[in-house]
Amino acid sequence: MTFPSALGPPARLLRRRIGTARRDTAFLAAGVLPHLAAVPAWLSLDAKPVLKSVHLPWVVLAALVSVFLLLPLLALPLTAVQRWRYAELLAVDIPRSPPAEGPRLRRALRLLVSAETWRRVAYHTLLGPVLAVAEVLVLAVWGAGVVCATVYAWMWAVPDTGVADLYTVQAAYVTAAGLLLLAAAPWCAGTVTRVESRAARALLGPSRAQRLERRVTDLSVSRADLADAADAERRRIERDLHDGTQQRLVSLAVNLGLARATLKDLPEDARRVIDEAHREAKEAISELNDLVRGLHPAVLDDRGLDAALSGLAARVPLPVRLHVDLDGRPAPAVESVAYFVVSEALANVTKHARAGRVEVTVRRTGRVVRVEVTDDGVGGADAAAGTGLTGLAGRVRAVDGTFRIDSPVGGPTTLVAELPCGR
Amino acid sequence: MRAVIAEDSVLLRVGLVRVLQTAGFEVGAEVGEAEALLAAVEEQRPDLALIDVRMPPGFGDEGVRAALSIRRRWPGTAVVLLSQYVEERYAADLLTADTSGVGYLLKQRVADVEEFAATVRRVAAGGTALDPQVVAQLLLRRDSDPLERLTPREREVLALMAEGRSNAAIAEDLVVTDSAVAKHINNIFAKLDLPPADAHHRRVLAVLRFLGATRD
Repeated sequence: MTFPSALGPPARLLRRRIGTARRDTAFLAAGVLPHLAAVPAWLSLDAKPVLKSVHLPWVVLAALVSVFLLLPLLALPLTAVQRWRYAELLAVDIPRSPPAEGPRLRRALRLLVSAETWRRVAYHTLLGPVLAVAEVLVLAVWGAGVVCATVYAWMWAVPDTGVADLYTVQAAYVTAAGLLLLAAAPWCAGTVTRVESRAARALLGPSRAQRLERRVTDLSVSRADLADAADAERRRIERDLHDGTQQRLVSLAVNLGLARATLKDLPEDARRVIDEAHREAKEAISELNDLVRGLHPAVLDDRGLDAALSGLAARVPLPVRLHVDLDGRPAPAVESVAYFVVSEALANVTKHARAGRVEVTVRRTGRVVRVEVTDDGVGGADAAAGTGLTGLAGRVRAVDGTFRIDSPVGGPTTLVAELPCGR
Repeated sequence: MRAVIAEDSVLLRVGLVRVLQTAGFEVGAEVGEAEALLAAVEEQRPDLALIDVRMPPGFGDEGVRAALSIRRRWPGTAVVLLSQYVEERYAADLLTADTSGVGYLLKQRVADVEEFAATVRRVAAGGTALDPQVVAQLLLRRDSDPLERLTPREREVLALMAEGRSNAAIAEDLVVTDSAVAKHINNIFAKLDLPPADAHHRRVLAVLRFLGATRD
């Protein structure tokens, strides 16, 4: 914990530098032994003493066993040690590979032949010793720096040895060199630490392909979750409006209707006000119905796409031809998106196309549900410009579908969405 | 005449009771879900059950299923279904079993109290009433069948017949004479290849043909 008011910015900077240097150096010092751990495995391959006593085939066999069995096995604990070292001393997380599946023996065999294992073996056997040398060098820079920088103290403390014979001028050079080494040591430690981290991530962590694969899996799962959540939200809003506002409005209209029917002896202007309110209430019901109907109708869950679409198409104020040819019901998410596509497309046609007629076709071919909406209107619809169409394309893509719109100026407009449906 | 009401919104239930009373019904029971409705109908054997389509527990088509079951078990009880939205699929379910004593209307129609009162009285007396919006949905599905042969005017007349209107009411609606309506209806019967029989029966058959085409 630092106290900002007590320490100025330069002092804080220095403190942070020192902290980093200490952390890097401790991290490197802890790496020397684990990085040298695989060296005995190399030494065991030095076959000369063995050659004299045993037959060649046995030597080859021993070498093969040690390379193909011992090294991968050795790599397991060593990798665990390194992962611990990175996590504890550097707070760097080396990602683990996804856990393998299947019976234990097959898992073990797969581990022995996997590229991942051999990348680890390469880290511990080939790179490890090199890193150990670099770590020792960094420690040596620190050591030499400390010794040289304090040369006057040595001259004073051990007067009888050769150190004391240094001329004071030479001792000044040595002190300066020591200070330079001490200044350079944090940089050296930092550089080696960075190189090690990069190497560890590349060789001990999952490969790029594995990382991407996992990312793709994560993303598709989260995207599907998101689509489902949006769907559930739409259903919830529909339910809430249906049970709340819509019933309230109908009740209001019914009461106004009752007033109109039963209060016959009202003055003329009172009657007019009631008539007006009655009509307004009915219009509000119709408008709200149109809006809510586009969300997620209950009939879609109960009876499927075909039944839901006829209700939608009947609301369009121009002739609609509807063909639905589905063999069984697609997944609810697909039904929901297909419904939404037709709903938005028809709304668009009504608003912008100035069309004489619309044709809606929903057909399943193999594993794809194809939704096609064609109108004979003025064309010129642009998926990039209209927010309705952009939302449509987004929702189709969220279930891995494709969306395209062909709308030359002057028409006709054809909108096609293809939705994969697994089965 | 006696009626029972099944509607889960308490607020609207109060309004419905008053409307039915205005229409000359005595309301024997008001319930909020399908099970209770069946129990009430069993106990009271009313002339009419006014039923909300979407009710607990599933908030789906509970009302439609309850209505079908009422028509099957107690044919003396007419049913009028009310819903925020009308769906041709539900209408087809309701009407393929039996076209008499069945109504299916948007909730907002209740607000036109006098017209609604006339409609429920008609259904209670064995008539049929379909919301114009259902009829629009049903018309949407007609292609490549005998109904294609009808002229637009004849389709209009047939749609109004499906709504349960009398010839006089159709004539008034379309602003034509009664005899013009009768001529249209005869053309419809001919084009739909309906055998000569008593007029009411043919009328029902025409509506059935009209509705039956929604069934696969």
